[in-house]
Amino acid sequence: MSGPSTTLPAPPVAPPGAPRWRSTLIWILVALLGGVSWAVLALARGEDVSALWILFAALCTYAIAYRFYARWIARRVLEVDDSRATPAERLADGVDFEVTDRRVLFGHHFAAIAGAGPLVGPVLAAQMGYLPGTIWIIVGVVLAGAVQDMVVLLFSVRRDGTSLGQMIRREIGVVGGTAALVAVFAIMVILLAVLALVVVNALAESPWGVFSIGLTIPIALFMGLYLRVLRPGRVLETTALGVVLLLAAIVGGGYVEQLGLEGPLTLSKETLTLLLVGYGFLASVLPVWMLLTPRDYLSTFMKVGVIALLAVALLVAHPSLQADAVTPFATAGNGPVFAGKLFPFAFITIACGALSGFHALIASGTTPKMLAKEGQVRMIGYGGMLLESFVAIGALIAACVIDQGLYFSLNSPVGLTGGTVDQAAQFVAGLGYPISPDQLAAAARAVEEQTLISRTGGAPTLAVGLSQVFSSAFGGGLAAFWYHFAIMFEALFILTAVDAGTRVGRFMLQDTVGNVWPRFGDVTWRPAAWTASAAVVGAWGYMLYVGVSDPLGGINQLYPLFGISNQLLAAIALTLCVTLLVKHGRARYTWVPGVPLAWDLVVTLTASWQKVFSADPAIGYFAQADKYRTARDAGQLLAPAKTVDDLDVVIRNSVTNGVIQAVFAVLVLLVVANAAVVVVRGLRAGGLPTTEVPAVPSRIVAPADFVATPAERAALAAREAEQRPPAASGAGSPR
Amino acid sequence: MRRVLAGMRWYLRAVTGEARYDEHVAACRRNGVTPLSRRAFERHRAHLREHRTSSRCC
Repeated sequence: MSGPSTTLPAPPVAPPGAPRWRSTLIWILVALLGGVSWAVLALARGEDVSALWILFAALCTYAIAYRFYARWIARRVLEVDDSRATPAERLADGVDFEVTDRRVLFGHHFAAIAGAGPLVGPVLAAQMGYLPGTIWIIVGVVLAGAVQDMVVLLFSVRRDGTSLGQMIRREIGVVGGTAALVAVFAIMVILLAVLALVVVNALAESPWGVFSIGLTIPIALFMGLYLRVLRPGRVLETTALGVVLLLAAIVGGGYVEQLGLEGPLTLSKETLTLLLVGYGFLASVLPVWMLLTPRDYLSTFMKVGVIALLAVALLVAHPSLQADAVTPFATAGNGPVFAGKLFPFAFITIACGALSGFHALIASGTTPKMLAKEGQVRMIGYGGMLLESFVAIGALIAACVIDQGLYFSLNSPVGLTGGTVDQAAQFVAGLGYPISPDQLAAAARAVEEQTLISRTGGAPTLAVGLSQVFSSAFGGGLAAFWYHFAIMFEALFILTAVDAGTRVGRFMLQDTVGNVWPRFGDVTWRPAAWTASAAVVGAWGYMLYVGVSDPLGGINQLYPLFGISNQLLAAIALTLCVTLLVKHGRARYTWVPGVPLAWDLVVTLTASWQKVFSADPAIGYFAQADKYRTARDAGQLLAPAKTVDDLDVVIRNSVTNGVIQAVFAVLVLLVVANAAVVVVRGLRAGGLPTTEVPAVPSRIVAPADFVATPAERAALAAREAEQRPPAASGAGSPR
Repeated sequence: MRRVLAGMRWYLRAVTGEARYDEHVAACRRNGVTPLSRRAFERHRAHLREHRTSSRCC
């Protein structure tokens, strides 16, 4: 390989004449529309507010942040340099490291970061009204979440695509590195448990749901075999077949009664838990081509399809918001969906979509090894996160356009609603959201579910919301179909995350144990694979059981733990970003990740403190355990416990949750303390040596953004002409 | 319109990895090597995938 290193010419600073004022005008209009949308959302009270204002506020803010803030960060703070070869170019091996088209990589990266998280958090946070969620999702993503993703991605690219854990160990220290490793593993266990809990809650007592979700397993197996044996590599054809079968499974679910399957498929939460645990174990030990790969195609296809469908449906249906801008629960902290005040709990309930620490693992995993140009970190890292945030906005809108009496009936734990339409109607009327028992029963009948009371976890609420939006946009009286379509879509995501997460956990465990016992690290050695899978499944299965069995309601007990841990992981990632900027001698820009880090630490540590030390039994895990222990010792039963065993379950669960919560916070403080030492040394010395690999000139040309600029096109054409002798030609990619 | 459809087809094939085999064949032709059969190529990719984890986030 020889030849001059080719870099893109700098984009013209001032394109002559017309385009410049046109672009200025467009940005002024975008800013105006965004400003008007925000003003309407902030000022409108008690009137009919269209959900489209949320949509426009989000889109305009994203556009401005992407165009100006992200570009400024890339150029000034990170000093991305397209003349530097990325690991994909330098280390290309066709397996791990491979230069990938930016738009293809965007698709892969988005599929990896976006799952069920942004669909659940905003739905739960809607108990505080639409405004807090909207503001946090949009401001959070622009200033924190997308910044984290982009900065971590670049730092990993500059270090040959090393993982977050390795970067922390090498750049901060062994203490921080070890704490981060433990935290990542533990957080993943909680994540899988909470996601699985969402599925269990959505499928319990829902034969239609169980029927169609259950069929996704044979469908995936069929697709796997088809791809392996019949038509190797024909992914599009296989996925199209899979989607048709999937839709048939949803429609078929409507006939479970006629098929005589209603009884056998009405499963309790405990049964579903066992089934999920068994499924997770199998998925982790089976060859990936059988189950994992085909499921992933299906779930990615559904993900993108539903998001696009929702955007169109919202524009067509333009529903009005039924939720208040801010409910009294935001300030009183006594909401039935989850306990605690707006600060800090709204900010930890919505993690994915605003700031998600888990993305740092993806941004330092496969993505940096496939990036063609450093300049693309803005499009992939920042842009990918903006799209996930948009999904969260969609979920928030879906939860806020349904009748709020129904919303609170769906999302309050059964201990509060009593599980019947009469008691539920009475309970939500007491909250200030009157709805009649008949209306509640009719809502359940409309989507052909046995009940919509206390269907916590967010999925049923989202499904009711989507069903309402889709029915009103596309008509046809298909409410029940859309409901189950939405449940299927969310469950599919989650099961894919559970499959993949269990496998990731298994690999992590095997890798860690492999350090002392090398044989165990061999991922193809069955005994190791089975033991490690069983350990991971056992861990999240236990936490899932904790959630399922908790008389206080699993979601309101476990969800805060998940939200806090996800954002504690973000704190770890942002700490690394700050430390690295200091070490690189760029201390004056540390505020870019520093401000989100400070905010995130204040939020998560306040929340952790309250969950551990609060004297309010609704919030503090240990106060809760004490309250029930006192009752047990006095020989009393305390609602919602119905037996002495229930009391014991509450006590055991609350103590477990409290201990886990405390351990997470301590791990993060360890990382931060370790980093603080390095930062102080770095500030004194004006910078420190880092593990950044030396620059190697790049020989490839690739545009930085979704659409190539004229200058980039010219450079590409020149490069292609130079590389290709006139004879050769092929199916090139359209630029 | 045709351009849009061709673009979509290119994108879907690239994103799903369906186009990988064509790239392999093209690369082999450039280097004067006999390409693997499609079946063998896809087996090889599945084997590699077995040793990697694909993270799926929340």
